[in-house]
Amino acid sequence: MHIVICIKQVPDSAQIRVHPVTNTIMRQGVPTIINPYDLFALEEALKLRDVHGGEVTVLTMGPPMAEDSLRKALGYGADRAVLLTDRYFAGSDTLATSFALSQAIAKIGETFGRPDIVFTGKQTIDGDTAQVGPGIAKRLNLSQLTYVAKIASIDLKTREIEVARRAEGGTQLLKSRLPCLITMLEDTNEIRRGSLQQALCAARSQVVKWTAADAGIDDLTRCGLRGSPTVVKRVFAPTARAESAAQIDTAEKGLQDIADELIADILTRRPALEHELAFKSGT
Amino acid sequence: MSTASQATPRLAPGRAGVKKELPDRFKDYRHVWVFLELERGNVHPVSFELLGEGRKLADKLEVQLAGVVLGPPGEMVEDAVAEAFAYGADLVYIVDAPPLADYRNEPFAKALTDLVNTHKPEILLLGATTLGRDLAGSVATTLQTGLTADCTELDVDSDGSLAATRPTFGGSLLCTIYTLNYRPQMATVRPRVMPMPQRVDKPVGRVMRHKLSLVEDDIVTKVLGFLPDNQSAMANLAYADVVVAGGLGLGAAENLQLVKNLARAIGAEHGCSRPLVQKGWMPADRQIGQTGKTIRPKLYIAAGISGAIQHRVGVEGADLIVAINTDPNAPIFEFAHLGIVTDAIRFLPALTEAFTRRLSPHSRDKLAS
Repeated sequence: MHIVICIKQVPDSAQIRVHPVTNTIMRQGVPTIINPYDLFALEEALKLRDVHGGEVTVLTMGPPMAEDSLRKALGYGADRAVLLTDRYFAGSDTLATSFALSQAIAKIGETFGRPDIVFTGKQTIDGDTAQVGPGIAKRLNLSQLTYVAKIASIDLKTREIEVARRAEGGTQLLKSRLPCLITMLEDTNEIRRGSLQQALCAARSQVVKWTAADAGIDDLTRCGLRGSPTVVKRVFAPTARAESAAQIDTAEKGLQDIADELIADILTRRPALEHELAFKSGT
Repeated sequence: MSTASQATPRLAPGRAGVKKELPDRFKDYRHVWVFLELERGNVHPVSFELLGEGRKLADKLEVQLAGVVLGPPGEMVEDAVAEAFAYGADLVYIVDAPPLADYRNEPFAKALTDLVNTHKPEILLLGATTLGRDLAGSVATTLQTGLTADCTELDVDSDGSLAATRPTFGGSLLCTIYTLNYRPQMATVRPRVMPMPQRVDKPVGRVMRHKLSLVEDDIVTKVLGFLPDNQSAMANLAYADVVVAGGLGLGAAENLQLVKNLARAIGAEHGCSRPLVQKGWMPADRQIGQTGKTIRPKLYIAAGISGAIQHRVGVEGADLIVAINTDPNAPIFEFAHLGIVTDAIRFLPALTEAFTRRLSPHSRDKLAS
């Protein structure tokens, strides 16, 4: 079984500074990690390989430094890593990103064997859109299974897969067909620690580096800014509310007095709450 | 995975950011559409919130507001259509067919894509629910158009383009995104971000019925079953009237009990900010903020939460925000209505006790007399 997992290198924290003059993001000095949601998907891919055999290929699109994340993924036990990197990809929105990744996955299929499953995390912690997974599925005509909490079974002979997926108000049990694209929910897996041997292997293994041309992308107008229908016109910090919070003075008062004062203040502002709270609390 | 440009906002340089004349093939795209999400027989409330927002956009553009209802033939769809009119739709497109009984990407994406290609809306809005995000991503890809996720503000600019504003970079900034040269302009909005509109006294509108160009045998994915959430165990944060939440200021996982105790004492739901979910201190369905739940309670008490904009956008709709934090410069004091600079770990038990005293029948009797 061949599994391809797409990961993304993301900034480690939300403490990103904005250039005061140009209003652009200053990424320098911000440490990067593998998008945490992708790790649940990676673990699932490795677990499936443990059971069914085969190979796990990890793929990312990003700047050359994204190789660090791929090496970490190799350290967890992935068999192969592909870095899709080219200046033509700069500024890609979700549509352009899913185009480039789907082309690379098709190329991985030709080069290393057709994938049975493509995994992504449910979303990234920087973009938070959850749009790239569905975009890849549509472009590669894969059966789309998003927000998967559990893979119940895979039958490689009949090419069938059963999953439990998070839906509004409950869990949906679906049967579908391989190849498919799965976006994995968080909290689904305990992330394994790679072995020392894997870490040594990862340090020595080659990361396959592909440009747009290497991945077989000949239409560069579909990549990067040119291939992105969405355009960021304005980036701004949220405006603070004119008046800041009315502060309750805590000096020289006991905690109980402050608490009583706060409650009195709340109920002066919203008198209707008193009965509501009493009713809800069942007293 | 996600967008580089939505994740790497910049002032768009060069040609990409320049509005060209809309290509001829898009010139007759008109009207605002809202996808109505049917959730096990009922319309998801986010759909009504979107109709309220869609109405404003349609009025500004002087075009019609249409609802889209996809579902199995029968009462469920007819009820949804009536609700769409009650919340302001001028017309409703219906595709009712047995394969649309339970949500699956394939038939829903097909039905919605076909409708768009036939009737050409200029704006298409969906709820950013699990269903809406699953559907919007594949429809936008098929249509090769722009899709902006989790918007907190929608507007129409002076030349009629949709300006979709969303938090970016973990919510530390906001950005406004346009889909200039493609149609429809698509956006998703999370539940509770937009206010619930008034029901309008206009029970009729036009209905346009379409066929699904797909039969069950064509559909690869089959529904084997559905396990509804155990109602008692499910957090109903988004629709709770009173919410108490904890943040990193609580210092340790066990201190979350203080938040739960206060919530129990005043009949509130409890929640937390994102770092606590990432640390595994609370399950993801309790997370409040841009990537968790958006709430609009009458009273919101934030304990030990600093109030990054990621959290702020999730609670801004609250009627009264009370913040407890040791840091007087915490951003939460910029949008809270009432603030106390103190250690939440010490203060929460006192507050719980004071509420219990205040709300007890004995003290109420005393108040009445």
